[in-house]
Amino acid sequence: MPHDHHDHDNLSPSGHPFRADNDEPLSYWQTMEIALREILVEKGHLTQAEITAQIDAMDARNPSQGASVVARAWVDPDFKAQLLADASTASRDMGFDIGPMHLIAVENTDTIHNLIVCTLCSCYPRNLLGLPPDWYKTRAYRSRAVSEPRAVLREFGLNLPDTTTLRVHDSTADMRYIVLPARPAGTDDLSQDELAKLVTRDSMIGVGLPRQP
Amino acid sequence: MSDTDGRRWHDMGGMPAGPIPMEGHDFALWEKRVDALMVLCGNKGFLSVDGLRRALEDMGEDTFEKYSYYERWIASINQNLIEAGLYTLEELGTRMAEVQARGPTYGEANNG
Repeated sequence: MPHDHHDHDNLSPSGHPFRADNDEPLSYWQTMEIALREILVEKGHLTQAEITAQIDAMDARNPSQGASVVARAWVDPDFKAQLLADASTASRDMGFDIGPMHLIAVENTDTIHNLIVCTLCSCYPRNLLGLPPDWYKTRAYRSRAVSEPRAVLREFGLNLPDTTTLRVHDSTADMRYIVLPARPAGTDDLSQDELAKLVTRDSMIGVGLPRQP
Repeated sequence: MSDTDGRRWHDMGGMPAGPIPMEGHDFALWEKRVDALMVLCGNKGFLSVDGLRRALEDMGEDTFEKYSYYERWIASINQNLIEAGLYTLEELGTRMAEVQARGPTYGEANNG
């Protein structure tokens, strides 16, 4: 993951700077969140337990789920065909809660590379990969991914040959994409679990490639 | 934003922009709660993703630059829930004043 923090002190275990969120003075929007949530609970529209369970469910989602789907597609041709035909159903069959989301898997090959973006907002295969990285939601990524994707990829350290066809997929709230990266060479002897460890979040967005074994 | 091509501000695909900012952050509890509120209120039919987006887009370009992602989300959720009649603006205002009076930080204000 190409993080380039200039200050390498004070990084959290995830590699990000610590954010002094709860220590800062209470903000107007935090006040609104507390008030709105309390009113909904008091009126019986939802419960605090539901909110906690939803946060736990979202925290449990992470790119390793997508990685396990990718690794299975690499070793199981029938599953791969199913994934490319209907990624929602294929993911659900592996036990992942995809929700109502229509998920489309797009396959990278020797000659084709895929990149996903949401130019209008922040739509992302969150049920499979977890919440999107901050950069995915920025004006810069949303604007440029569709007009100069090769330059964008270079900023992520990925230099595609001119001969590679680059396909950019613009997501919507109802239709989201995940990239099925190409299986790295020299991985014939690896198990499905070992293969899954090669699959990075960025490789499933298309701004990176899987790790080499 | 151009007013000649029919685009609204949020339709930013292809517009000129600078380098991708690679900085990330760990989500704060209040941000996770906003995310959970959106999902739960959607599942229960109190609001729709389209409704969330409509309010976000109507806030305009200034708010996109000025407020963080989940700040905009809670504002949009609130607008949708008030429109749906789940509570009134007066109820919200009264409760927000109570929350603020509890203490100067999120943790203290949440433990009322």
